Amino acid sequence: MIGAQILIECLKREGVEVIFGYPGGQVLPIFDRLYDASVKFILTRHEQGAAHAADGYARATGKVGVCMATSGPGATNLTTGIANAYMDSIPMVAITGQVKSFLIGNDAFQEADITGVTRPITKHNFLVKDIKDLARIVREAFYIASTGRPGPVVIDIPSDIQMQDAPFVWPEKVQMRSYQPTYFGHPGQIKKAVKLIVNSKKPLIYAGGGIITSGANAALLELAEKIQAPVTWTLMGIGSFPGTHKLSMGMLGMHGTAYANHAIMGADLIIAVGARFDDRVTGRIDSFAPGAKVIHIDIDPSSISKNIKVDVPIVGDAKNILGEILEQTKKCPDTAEWLKTVDALKRKYPLKYKDGERLKPQYVLEQLYDVTKGDVIITTEVGQNQMWACQWLKYDQARTFISSGGLGTMGFGFPAAIGAKVGCPDKTVIDIAGDGSIQMNIQELGTCVANKINVKVFILNNGYLGMVRQWQELFYKKRYSQVGITSPDFVKLAESYGAVGICVKKKEDVRHAIEKALKIDNTVFIDFHVEPEENVFPMVPAGEAINRMIEGLA
Amino acid sequence: MRHTISVLVENKFGVLARIAGLFSARGYNIASLAVSETLDPEISYMTIVVEVKDEAILEQIKKQLNKLIDVITVTDFTKKEHVDRELVLAKIAYSAQDKVRIEALLKKCAGKIIQAKGNTAVIEAVGEQAQVKELLEGLNEIGIKELVKTGRLAITN
Repeated sequence: MIGAQILIECLKREGVEVIFGYPGGQVLPIFDRLYDASVKFILTRHEQGAAHAADGYARATGKVGVCMATSGPGATNLTTGIANAYMDSIPMVAITGQVKSFLIGNDAFQEADITGVTRPITKHNFLVKDIKDLARIVREAFYIASTGRPGPVVIDIPSDIQMQDAPFVWPEKVQMRSYQPTYFGHPGQIKKAVKLIVNSKKPLIYAGGGIITSGANAALLELAEKIQAPVTWTLMGIGSFPGTHKLSMGMLGMHGTAYANHAIMGADLIIAVGARFDDRVTGRIDSFAPGAKVIHIDIDPSSISKNIKVDVPIVGDAKNILGEILEQTKKCPDTAEWLKTVDALKRKYPLKYKDGERLKPQYVLEQLYDVTKGDVIITTEVGQNQMWACQWLKYDQARTFISSGGLGTMGFGFPAAIGAKVGCPDKTVIDIAGDGSIQMNIQELGTCVANKINVKVFILNNGYLGMVRQWQELFYKKRYSQVGITSPDFVKLAESYGAVGICVKKKEDVRHAIEKALKIDNTVFIDFHVEPEENVFPMVPAGEAINRMIEGLA
Repeated sequence: MRHTISVLVENKFGVLARIAGLFSARGYNIASLAVSETLDPEISYMTIVVEVKDEAILEQIKKQLNKLIDVITVTDFTKKEHVDRELVLAKIAYSAQDKVRIEALLKKCAGKIIQAKGNTAVIEAVGEQAQVKELLEGLNEIGIKELVKTGRLAITN
């Protein structure tokens, strides 16, 4: 069997249903074999789109996303998508062609040292130097990508190796002495955590993306209800706990709810699960949750005590550990007083915006939620659109909110929506976009139409790179430097690709347009012309304590 | 403060780059690095001396090293009984009048002359960092023409 065939056989055995990618000179043997293979291939219009689509597919389904590109520029175009998946711990395997092995290092045509380039943005990477290693490497790549704290893995395959002949040997088991993630929490640490929980009066659960990765939603819900602790979450943790639940506090941090940020400061115990105390969450570190003991559950030991010193670290899988804690928590803390305080905070500091003459982005999202009742998958771009999508939509299910958290990649949402739709064809998938972000991967309209991938794109069009403009308004004396941005006519643009475009300028047309778009069996761009200088509030200025928010309207 | 850690790694292509890249990407300082194969040719042994300002950073370095897929074990010598050594080779000015002084210095620091030719000698010395430092300070007064040192090597006892 030649290398290209071995690769495809391995992908089949790994259960890969779809590959997102783009062909090129150094992957010709693979594409030749793909011609006869049963695996679905989605040809994107740019390799970055392929990487984000694979990422979106992985987030929506929980499976490993696969993307493929040729050597050199094909591979370097994947890198933003790889870095994005790395920051958010998304399981992905990126397969790249490489120049022939005897040409490596010779500055051959379309050569780039892609294992070198991607070393700091992958969980691991491989350059296949011997055909005999190929099957084992593919097996290990999928294993590494999907276990422990997941992440992207690159397999770089020189084109001569794709052509070489070798017997196909499928390694039934993966054995790596140097990689053995910890799944079960230390019993002593779990005991200590239970003791802290039982003795707490003002516990608060801080849930991160690890809950979703681990499939710990049910355990989290059970724990929160059992100990009657309110739950706040990170951007990656959206969907880890039902947003409509009475214990839900919404997102915390820079653009979190004011009541979540105040509650953090008042809590006496923080139970952090699958979260990493990112700077966008904690604000000024030394004033974060001053009165609280901290339990930190995470599968990655290096996440623990990286930013915040914790009292009880527990390394392991969230689902296992929450299960243990639930079982051992016999007596529950009395949190009635605390819940009263928290409810008062919720009443005192609700999310709000000022309605006016012009269409407000928040209004669009409220209407969207009203029409869909949350039964959709939302992806977002990055910036104001993303923060409003966190604030003004509610999410009750895991894997229904897909957004670039750690890297903050503009241009992520649209290709991610394509990946999500391919993975979950029965779901409605909506990308909440800004006029800036959507233009970063707008070429993927071609991918949608050609493959009949029906996604909706809600462009909150304010004529600005809104989040940067907001910072310039608030912190740079309104000196708007390179933030005004022009756009094409999105309706005509969508139509020219064979999709549908709708333009909405008035409040009274919003609901009708949403209802209409959801009924159309095609990709639809809705261009909402919204208030140009609307800000995202509340906002914690960078480096401030998280209860020192700018409220805007308050 | 300086700490010595050792890392057992899979002897694979690119593993040194992974370790070095980790240090540079996260802004950690390597004071010295010594790498060699072990008796098992599939495993390499690295001794790394790191310069950190507090224990928390040392902890992070160890965790981050452990997170690398090709790293098998990480050992921190800070709180372990161990011996460590450095090897120095130096080309020094060597004349009849300094001979006695040089030999005394070398004796004190377990060093020896490997080769003497004309007014130049090549010496070697193996010792703890402080010993090597003392020797080099002494030799520098006489005149060091060229100098090479290994990084620190360490082993538990």
